[in-house]
This record gives sequence, structure tokens and C-alpha cells, in this order.
Amino acid sequence: MKKNDFILIAGLLLAALAAFGGISWYLAADTQKAEAVVEVDGQEKGRYPLDQDTSVEIQLEDGSYNLLEIKDGRADITEASCPDKICVDHRPVSRRGESLVCLPNKVVVEIENGQEAEVDGMTH
Amino acid sequence: MAKKAAYMGMLTALAFVFSYIESLLPINLGIPGVKLGLANLVVIVALYTMGVRAAFTLSLVRIVLAGFTFGSPASMIYSLVGGMLSLAVMAVARKAQVFSATGVSVLGGVSHNVGQIFVAILVMENTSLAYYLPVLVLSGTAAGVLVGILAAVLVKRLKKGIGGY
Repeated sequence: MKKNDFILIAGLLLAALAAFGGISWYLAADTQKAEAVVEVDGQEKGRYPLDQDTSVEIQLEDGSYNLLEIKDGRADITEASCPDKICVDHRPVSRRGESLVCLPNKVVVEIENGQEAEVDGMTH
Repeated sequence: MAKKAAYMGMLTALAFVFSYIESLLPINLGIPGVKLGLANLVVIVALYTMGVRAAFTLSLVRIVLAGFTFGSPASMIYSLVGGMLSLAVMAVARKAQVFSATGVSVLGGVSHNVGQIFVAILVMENTSLAYYLPVLVLSGTAAGVLVGILAAVLVKRLKKGIGGY
């Protein structure tokens, strides 16, 4: 083996490691921007990053409402005008693909990006 | 001429058998495409002892034979692009005389994997397959070093024993 061979091998290894680091960094940056996407009757009404605590009142034309609270990186509906309160009883969501649904108001809050849930679904 | 034909036939048979052995012993690291590339050993020996044209023919015949006997049309396309790109890079690297057989083999292994990923991206229309590149560059380098060291030993001895061919 010549000296140039070692330079080539070292160069390739460094390039691969750099690319590997770059990709993991890029993917990690991608997953940090978890957002709660609010949809009313299938139309997007707003996006709220999970890393900023906020509370949003989702007002509907007929006067009904849902109160969405984002706290500690999780989204939760804490108050609603609907009769069954299923969305209020739902546990707070934070993982990609999880959602809060209020059927009477046609409101869906879905988490986009962010970390994937460890389980596909749960019931009790 | 007869000697050359016999030598060529022997190398082709060897490359073919190496491909077969490798298909029997899949190294499963959870990542498709990681393999030793034993057949490349024969291609490098041909490149150094018989020249670019012979190595090209050998590689082509080997890929077509292997594709029809224990591969699939799809695997043949991947091998073909990977193999031809690898051979082109190795031929240029050998001409340049910057690297020894090991360096040439490393370049061949890496370019083989890069060529295959490129085809995969085109076929599956999925650019995120490029995320596999670093892993395949690493595995190509490792396999290239092993095959290259072996090839260097073989080339040295074969040149003595067969006297050119």
C-alpha cells in the first residue's frame, strides 16, 4: 500500500462520517419543529409550535369553541362548547401523527413533525 | 491467443463462482447493498494483468451470467451500473498511477455502491435513499481495502507465474 492509499481511505472515512453527522443533524433538526395543526371542517386554521406555551381559542362561526392549550411541549384541549367533551377528556398529545378530535365542532388538532409515537395507538 | 482465451475463461469462471458464493453467504447488517464484492477481486486481477478491455468484458459477462442464473432483471441493472461505473473509475485510477491496487480497489468498491444508490434513487424516485450513502461509502471502503490487499498479492504472484497472462 502506498501513502496515497492511506490518504484516500482516511479521506473517504472522514467524508462518510461528516455526511453521517450532517444527515443525523438535519433529521434531528427536522424533528424538533413539532407543530399542532388546527383544522376546522378540513380547512387549516393555524399552526402552533409545541415549544412555545400558548393558548388558542378556536372560534367557530356558529359560536361554538374549543380552547387549545400548549404547555410543556404538549397540546391539550381544556375547554369546549361541545356536549360530549371527548376532546377535553383526551390526554394531551405531543408525538407526530397524534390528534385531538372534536366531532361536533369538526375540529381536528393534529401533531405534525416531531418525534414519532412509540406505540401506534392505545385504548382503555 | 489460446493462452489468453484460456486465462480469460478461467477468470470469468472464477468471478462467476465468487458471485455465486457471495449470494449464498449474504452478510446481513440490516442495510441492503453491504457486501464484500469478491468478484471484484477477479476484475482487479484482470485489470492489472490483462488490461482495461479484458477487465471490462470479464465484468460484463460475469454480471449477465450471475443475473440470469441466480439474480433477477432488477438486480442485474443495479449490478450493471455499479459494475461499469466501478470499472471506469478503477481504470482511470490505475492509469493515473497515484494509488496502489488497494487504493484502486477502494475507489472501485465505493463507486460501485454509489452507482447502485444512484440507480435506486432513479428507480424508486425517492431521494431520501441518499441517506444510505455514508454507510455504503464506509462499507465500500472496508470491502475495497480487503479485496485490494488480496488483489495486490495475487497480481504479484500471477505476473511471475503466468508471465503476462
